[in-house]
Amino acid sequence: MATFEFVLPELGEGMEAGDVVQVLVTVGESITAEQPVLELETDKAVVEVPVPVSGTVKAIHVQAGDKAAVGQLLLTVDTPAAAAAAQAPRPPTPAAVSLPPTSENGENKTATDKAVSRLPEPPAHTAPTPSGQSRSAAAPPPQQPSEPPRPAVPAAPSVRQLAREIGVDINQVQGSGAGGRISLEDVKRYARDLHARLAGQQFRGALPAVTLPDFTKWGVVERQPMSNVRRATAERLTQSWVTIPHVTQFDKVDITDLEQLRQHYDAQRVQSAGGKLTITAIVLKVVAAALQRFPQFNASVDMTTHEIIYKTYYHIGVAVDTDRGLLVPVIRNVDQKNILELSVELTQLAARARSRKTTLEEMQGGTFTITNLGGLGGTNFTPIINAPEVAILGLARSSIEPVYNDSTGQFTPRLMLPLALSYDHRLIDGADGVRFLRWVVEALQQPFLLALEG
Amino acid sequence: MPDTPQATQLTVIGGGPGGYAAAFLAADLGMQVTLVDQEPNPGGVCLYRGCIPSKALLHVAKVLADARQATHWGVTFAEPTIDVGKLRTWKEGVVRKLTGGLGDLCKRRGVTFVQGRATFVDATTLSVQTNQGEEQRLTFAHAIVATGSRPTTLPHLVLDSPRLLDSTSALAIPDIPRTLLVIGGGYIGLEMGSVYAALGTQVSIVEMTSGLLPGVDRDLVNFLSARLKQSMAAIMLNATVVAIREEPNGIRVTFEGPEVQEPQQVFDKVLVAVGRRPHVQGLGLEHTRVEITPRGFITVDAQRRTTEPTIYAIGDVAGEPMLAHKAAHEGRVAVRAMAGHKVAFEPHAIPAVVFTDPEIAWCGLTETQAKQEGRAVEVARFPWGASGRATTLDRNDGVTKLILDPSTSRILGVGIAGSGAGELIAEGVLAVEMAALASDLALSIHPHPTLSETLMEAAEVFFGQSTHVYRPQRRRRDAPRVGLASLDGLEESG
Repeated sequence: MATFEFVLPELGEGMEAGDVVQVLVTVGESITAEQPVLELETDKAVVEVPVPVSGTVKAIHVQAGDKAAVGQLLLTVDTPAAAAAAQAPRPPTPAAVSLPPTSENGENKTATDKAVSRLPEPPAHTAPTPSGQSRSAAAPPPQQPSEPPRPAVPAAPSVRQLAREIGVDINQVQGSGAGGRISLEDVKRYARDLHARLAGQQFRGALPAVTLPDFTKWGVVERQPMSNVRRATAERLTQSWVTIPHVTQFDKVDITDLEQLRQHYDAQRVQSAGGKLTITAIVLKVVAAALQRFPQFNASVDMTTHEIIYKTYYHIGVAVDTDRGLLVPVIRNVDQKNILELSVELTQLAARARSRKTTLEEMQGGTFTITNLGGLGGTNFTPIINAPEVAILGLARSSIEPVYNDSTGQFTPRLMLPLALSYDHRLIDGADGVRFLRWVVEALQQPFLLALEG
Repeated sequence: MPDTPQATQLTVIGGGPGGYAAAFLAADLGMQVTLVDQEPNPGGVCLYRGCIPSKALLHVAKVLADARQATHWGVTFAEPTIDVGKLRTWKEGVVRKLTGGLGDLCKRRGVTFVQGRATFVDATTLSVQTNQGEEQRLTFAHAIVATGSRPTTLPHLVLDSPRLLDSTSALAIPDIPRTLLVIGGGYIGLEMGSVYAALGTQVSIVEMTSGLLPGVDRDLVNFLSARLKQSMAAIMLNATVVAIREEPNGIRVTFEGPEVQEPQQVFDKVLVAVGRRPHVQGLGLEHTRVEITPRGFITVDAQRRTTEPTIYAIGDVAGEPMLAHKAAHEGRVAVRAMAGHKVAFEPHAIPAVVFTDPEIAWCGLTETQAKQEGRAVEVARFPWGASGRATTLDRNDGVTKLILDPSTSRILGVGIAGSGAGELIAEGVLAVEMAALASDLALSIHPHPTLSETLMEAAEVFFGQSTHVYRPQRRRRDAPRVGLASLDGLEESG
């Protein structure tokens, strides 16, 4: 018998730690390789952590409620023979999405040791930059079952020391020398570039902390720690709010006819397929078509390089209200799916989000977001862009309104849905904002347009 | 009793190469430092009972072996007479000179040296039991645990007898036994076995794995095995000692293993050299938040800080490899971290040297490790048979090899077997740390005729164009043009 010390593997881009929600095994239990042994809540998802070896659980070193960091010892497993000795732990939830080929940089990221202190990296949701493109643009690179350790970085000790002193992660630096050797100059250049890049996000974390008054002067208060989801939401929305000049364009769409169709097909076709035909599902399809016509809405802004990154895929996030807070699972390749398929997928996705099953990967890679608060009420609202996306469409509650009919000269009761499109004014001009939203309105009012132009 | 301050900025527990290096640097950086050790001077196991005395004895062994070999060259010496007492005195003189020098350096730097045993009372207080039997309390802002390691004992190999040796008592050379069994074919067993064999003892070695120096690349070990087969009475592999019993004329040892021919043999002395374990017991660490791994090492981060923020750990207690030079480097990292410098212990190459004859040395990635990790590497070997210098020494039994990244030709590791390999490996360490490419070594002019040329020529072998090795079948690479043109005339110039 050999002993395997199972430490928390890398969870994905930028995820260094999480809260243990539940330990799924007990001491003495026999386990098989790839079996999930732990549920971990990270910034945005609860992930199941699989163990890479088979054997018997000898000891459990964490319990529910503990914080666990990457590299922390979780389990001691008695493994039969030495078969498992060489096996490196796999990260949880292997990436299921199709990925662009990874560059050297991307591979470097799947490191085993993290001894080097690193400068705060650009957060995963900011615009990818040339040097970090492949890793920010997609989920983590595919993992080999047995991942070789990262080769030592090709830099002299003095160069590594400089990097450490100025807070640069030497593993991120591109070497200009023979064999990729990193020179002092390379480190300095990287630091300068990084500085420029971070200057664009100087607000993040740099906002002066507001000094709070002593609330107990006025009554009893209760302090509660923010959940990971709340903290991540707070950080990301602040970031978006302070870095993106938002404009919100309002409109209304007459969905009287669409609503009849929706009810008709929902009962007839969609429910039997296991989905629910909602207005959100239809809007998804319409937006995907609109994004193809208005590519600047399916883009990101890179202020470091002064480039616009146009995406040729249409992955649309849908905000879901859960008891843990706001989650935004992403539906992939919306343009390639019909409304029926989207309805089914949306129903499943929302259910998974509410039961905490959504994985990190499922929440990454979106190009546009839809948020529907109509179920709850309200006449309209101004959604905040889910950076690094550049636009978000809000749906408020539809209501019957008197609409003046030009041809009859009369007011007729129509079911009107209020829409709000917030967009990044750095990239999108006001006129384009109107054009985009008008196209969505027209397409919803005349569903045949989808087939005609979409 | 030395005048000890009640409060100190840094207390270092253990005066070995890690501990005194840390204490001295801290003093140089202006800290107020106390160094606690049980010996009268700093030095630790390395100077008192390890590297230094063993190397003194191995030097004697080398001279004896060279004198015998001189017969090949037409120079025959008389059989040497060995005065064990004088040998011991000389060895102790070496130790005294070096440890005394360290004691002196301590004073000059203003490091307070306390001879005694320190145990933690809590995360900022130590209780020190001086050798005079007094107890004193010492508070500290930071402490470094540098208590080293001790020889591992096996429960069935314990015997209260002067015939049973560990590395410490073996180094004392109480006498030169007629026969000696060394249990353990690691570097300590082989070094000590070599000393005794040179002094005239019939030495047998028993090793439980299939080869000497487990974990070391076989092609390097083979040179040593070949020579040890001449100098040792027996080398038993795949064999274990299951029992020992003292008898009037020696220790009766029972062996087990598929290749064991005589399962019971009697030896004058038996040396147990089955490894070393970190020394963490009896330090009062349980009164702190310091964590110990299942293997008995203290858990440390890249700055060598333990899970108790005021306490650092370096050297053998902080993890493998248990080597003095690693400890000293860690000591300096820990002190700089305390001083607020941004430092980390992250070497690319920690050299290891086995001071046998021939010596074996390596650094960075080994072939064995590359194989285990499934890493694609290219290996370039330069056999010492093609080295002029090795031939003049009548020591062609050696090899210098480079382990290279096939795509960049970067030197990831170096392995050397041969006379003086321990001195040669330093260049390999520099090459690995500097991320040198094969062409960097090939294009650096090495002095002729020296063994160091074997490093340069190994790099040339990588390009298929070594001056002194002709391999027509080997694929030739694009080598740096300037280099090869200038290398062509080298042989004549020598």
